[in-house]
Amino acid sequence: MKVTREELLHIAKLADLKLEEEEIDKYLLNLQDILNFANIVNKAPVEELKETIGSNDNYNVFRKDEIVEFEDEEALLQNAPEKEQNMFKIPKVI
Amino acid sequence: MAREDYEVVIGLEVHAELSTKTKIFCSCPTEFGGKPNTHCCPVCMAMPGALPVLNEKVVEYAVKAGLATNCEISMDSKNDRKNYFYPDLPKSYQISQFDKPLCERGYVEIETSEGKKKIGLTRIHIEEDAGKLNHDEYGRGSLVDLNRAGVPLIEIVSEPDMRSVEEADVYLKKLKSILEYIEVSDCKMQEGSLRADVNVSIRKKGQKEYGTRTEMKNMNSFRSITRAIEYEIERQIEVVENGGKIDQETLRWDEVSGKTFSMRDKEDAQDYRYFPEPDLVAIKLSKEYIDNIRKNLPELPESRKERYIEEYKLTEKEARMITSSKYLSDFFEKGVEISNNPKAICNWLLSDVARILNEQEKEPDEIPFMPEDLAELVALIENGTISTKIAKDVLEKMFETKEKPNKIIKDNGWVQISDEGAIKEVVQKILDANPQSIIDYKNGKDKALGFLVGQAMKETKGKANPQMLNNMFKEAMK
Amino acid sequence: MNITELTVHELKEKLDKKELTVSEITKAYVDRINEKEKDVNAFVTTLTDEALEKAKQIEEKLSHNENLGEYAGIPIGIKDNMCTKGIKTTCASRMLENFISPYDGTVVNKVINEQNMIDLGKLNMDEFAMGSSTETSYFKKTKNPWDLSKVPGGSSGGSAAAVSANMVPWALGSDTGGSIRQPASLCGVVGLKPTYGLVSRYGLVAFASSLDQIGPITKDVEDSAILLSIIAGHDEKDSTSMNIPKKDYTKSLKNDIKGLKIGVPKEFFGEGINEEVKTSLNTAIEKYKELGAVVEETSLNIAEYALAAYYIIACAEASSNLGRFDGIRYGYRAKNCETLKDIFVNSRSEGFGAEVKRRIILGTYVLSSGYYDAYYKKAQKVRTLVKNEFAKNLEKYDVLLTPTSPITAFKIGEKTENPLEMYLSDICTVSINIAGVPAISIPCGVDKEGMPIGMQLIGKHFDEETILNTAYTYEKNTNFREKYKPTFKGGAN
Repeated sequence: MKVTREELLHIAKLADLKLEEEEIDKYLLNLQDILNFANIVNKAPVEELKETIGSNDNYNVFRKDEIVEFEDEEALLQNAPEKEQNMFKIPKVI
Repeated sequence: MAREDYEVVIGLEVHAELSTKTKIFCSCPTEFGGKPNTHCCPVCMAMPGALPVLNEKVVEYAVKAGLATNCEISMDSKNDRKNYFYPDLPKSYQISQFDKPLCERGYVEIETSEGKKKIGLTRIHIEEDAGKLNHDEYGRGSLVDLNRAGVPLIEIVSEPDMRSVEEADVYLKKLKSILEYIEVSDCKMQEGSLRADVNVSIRKKGQKEYGTRTEMKNMNSFRSITRAIEYEIERQIEVVENGGKIDQETLRWDEVSGKTFSMRDKEDAQDYRYFPEPDLVAIKLSKEYIDNIRKNLPELPESRKERYIEEYKLTEKEARMITSSKYLSDFFEKGVEISNNPKAICNWLLSDVARILNEQEKEPDEIPFMPEDLAELVALIENGTISTKIAKDVLEKMFETKEKPNKIIKDNGWVQISDEGAIKEVVQKILDANPQSIIDYKNGKDKALGFLVGQAMKETKGKANPQMLNNMFKEAMK
Repeated sequence: MNITELTVHELKEKLDKKELTVSEITKAYVDRINEKEKDVNAFVTTLTDEALEKAKQIEEKLSHNENLGEYAGIPIGIKDNMCTKGIKTTCASRMLENFISPYDGTVVNKVINEQNMIDLGKLNMDEFAMGSSTETSYFKKTKNPWDLSKVPGGSSGGSAAAVSANMVPWALGSDTGGSIRQPASLCGVVGLKPTYGLVSRYGLVAFASSLDQIGPITKDVEDSAILLSIIAGHDEKDSTSMNIPKKDYTKSLKNDIKGLKIGVPKEFFGEGINEEVKTSLNTAIEKYKELGAVVEETSLNIAEYALAAYYIIACAEASSNLGRFDGIRYGYRAKNCETLKDIFVNSRSEGFGAEVKRRIILGTYVLSSGYYDAYYKKAQKVRTLVKNEFAKNLEKYDVLLTPTSPITAFKIGEKTENPLEMYLSDICTVSINIAGVPAISIPCGVDKEGMPIGMQLIGKHFDEETILNTAYTYEKNTNFREKYKPTFKGGAN
């Protein structure tokens, strides 16, 4: 499958990444290379197989509905680039 | 063409916050409000390395909701990630369910002026709520509070089965009452714990295909929802009538102007890149688990309604209205237990109590007194301590002061006069002052009796026993 | 006695016999770090002063017979993608350059708070564990102690290099597609990737959730068994952690493999595998036969499919896992942002390095509408195929034996221009993560330039015992550590 420049830019937008003009050709080439290789999954003998879903065979892992308060609330905000009134500050959102 | 030539098609996606003690994927409290970012931990704040663990009650509550709405419960379910960037979504993905929801293919039966009808449910799935954006003091920026992030939600997706504003309104009320009955959500719309995304389209009557739909997100009052649907129907008809086309888009309902506005650029179509959540494992429910929940499901409004008609001889309409709210219905049952006069309790709730709530724009769960207080009021009428008329004043006072009826009556000196001597005195006084009325009465004008009783009531500030007044006037004028 | 050359079980013995004190050990390592760090660049953050202080406290407590954990006072190094409360956790990224975790991850909690080991520092890595050479670190390039002009492998390159250079007695690494085993192989040390679900991931900054595992990087197999015994175990905070009984893995070390069935998948010895690596592995195979194992050639024809599936799945998960780095709650925030979108886009574009962005883009692509079925869904089917093929082979054999890396350590900068070529060097390791089985890499020789060659032993799910014993028996009957030592040659200055 051929990846177009427009597709790459669309994907970057979905990922909230901005590609500089000089990066675009490089990424396009890399992505094409890797996808050409990755395409081998479409040649694998897997017609009869189901997808693996889930990281392993664990199931029904539940937590009890009991409150445990995090012990160090202040530490949760200590890394905030900008905060106000104990909240994370960002430019105005309508 | 006119409005009647179009058929309206409405579907609702209802989000209900579940009333669990803790969040869906961490042990933080779900309690509403609180100082910002204090009901948080590394998990719901999406700190690097933190991992979700599913709250067992969330699964149980969702299954309850599924069973109460006639859904099939999936024995094999999973969670998925829905990816998008927004500051109230700290992980930049919402853990939700995509292709294997917990419940599928249910229905809710509604009753409107057109009769009974089943509204299909496509699915019910579990997911997490987002945080909240507040505005800062000077309006220059927004502030992110993540106390609500990770509060459990069920999303109940209906089929596009509703054909009128009334149906949508009744469906939503019915759904709300079911969720209240099974006690999985407090459904406080003003706190946002019940919200709906409304899909509306129109088509020419007789047309098979659906028209293009628009969606209004996050509506949280019945009034807004009905107004918004009305507006949107009119708008769509106007567009089509003028030869235009409806765009499939998300709209924002503005309560103040009473209009909908386009929210997003159309080119900015979302691609949520759903995929199975690798941090969580499969949910495999056994038949025993599901049966056990089914067995312990509380009585639903439908069955209570039947019971009220049967047991308390309420009319179908009365029973339906009382059971429309779980709080009201519970209130009614408690009241009946004490007073043993179901008709009276029902009448008070559906007439005066309902009227006052309506005037104050309040919900039944905001009634400021207890069922035993209403039972007391009914008993005071039954034993002749007060008249029905005075009782209405007492009720007003109960709303105002939250005092017990007996105390209100005592404080205001509203005890009914049933003493024969005292009443005789009043009757004589009124007759002396109105000789013409006596003549009129004797000439067969029954109205005169009413006038005299009215005068006597006025004289006693409404406290005289009206039945006794009636009898004594008649006796005196024989 | 050169303290830093001792293994942990040797240190422990000397501590128990009071031949050494915690302070002496810690001091020896601090001195070694001060001597070698400028050549090796293994650390993002060193905690040498804190370590000396903690050593004193531990000695004090031990003198009062306080119960501190069996390995109290043993120093350790931690890969910088494991959250440590109060200490920077950077993932070797500009994005987290100043990030201080509000909590300790489960494994960190076990080694530091429960065992009272002494944290010597946070070890360098490829940015967000994405790479096979530790060259994608935002901060520095770690050097291979066997030749400072070469890479240590990756992504746990700092961990492997530090153990190899005796700057830490042992270290924690993480392995998503070979990130423990490949650098262990390239640096001549022992690296174990446990069965998926054996060790908690809580507090490990996620790269690919369904593949990541924390594991030990050690000087020898016995230390590997010890550290695994400490870090393994069920954790309620990680839903994928299996609830199975705790084990003492040192009990499996028997120095006896008579009758053990070893399968050698021929596809792992084909084209692209360096001849010297093959020769070295063949010598190891002969050794195993000599020790009484039954060695047979077998077929496991999935390596290429697995590699393709690996990059699809790992990047897909990474593209989502790295969404949380948005410049709002923590991490890098770009300057001069006017809108919210500026914060998201500029912070991420400036905060992430080229390789991370490349993988986010690939991952976003394979999940996006129109490509999901052709890539992600297919890759998940290939995952089933890989699991089945491993299961078939592991039914027949107790252990599978392959090279860890098709090549020995390469020159710094040699492969940075060609990402695909770098990806292809993971061919021997990624299928193990896809299958979720455990594997250990141990040194089995050197090439003609004196660079270490690693052998990978793959076991059944949750049967770490067998691969540990297989590795241990080989180690006991050969003596790599005595024959070969890092030379620190090839330094620029």
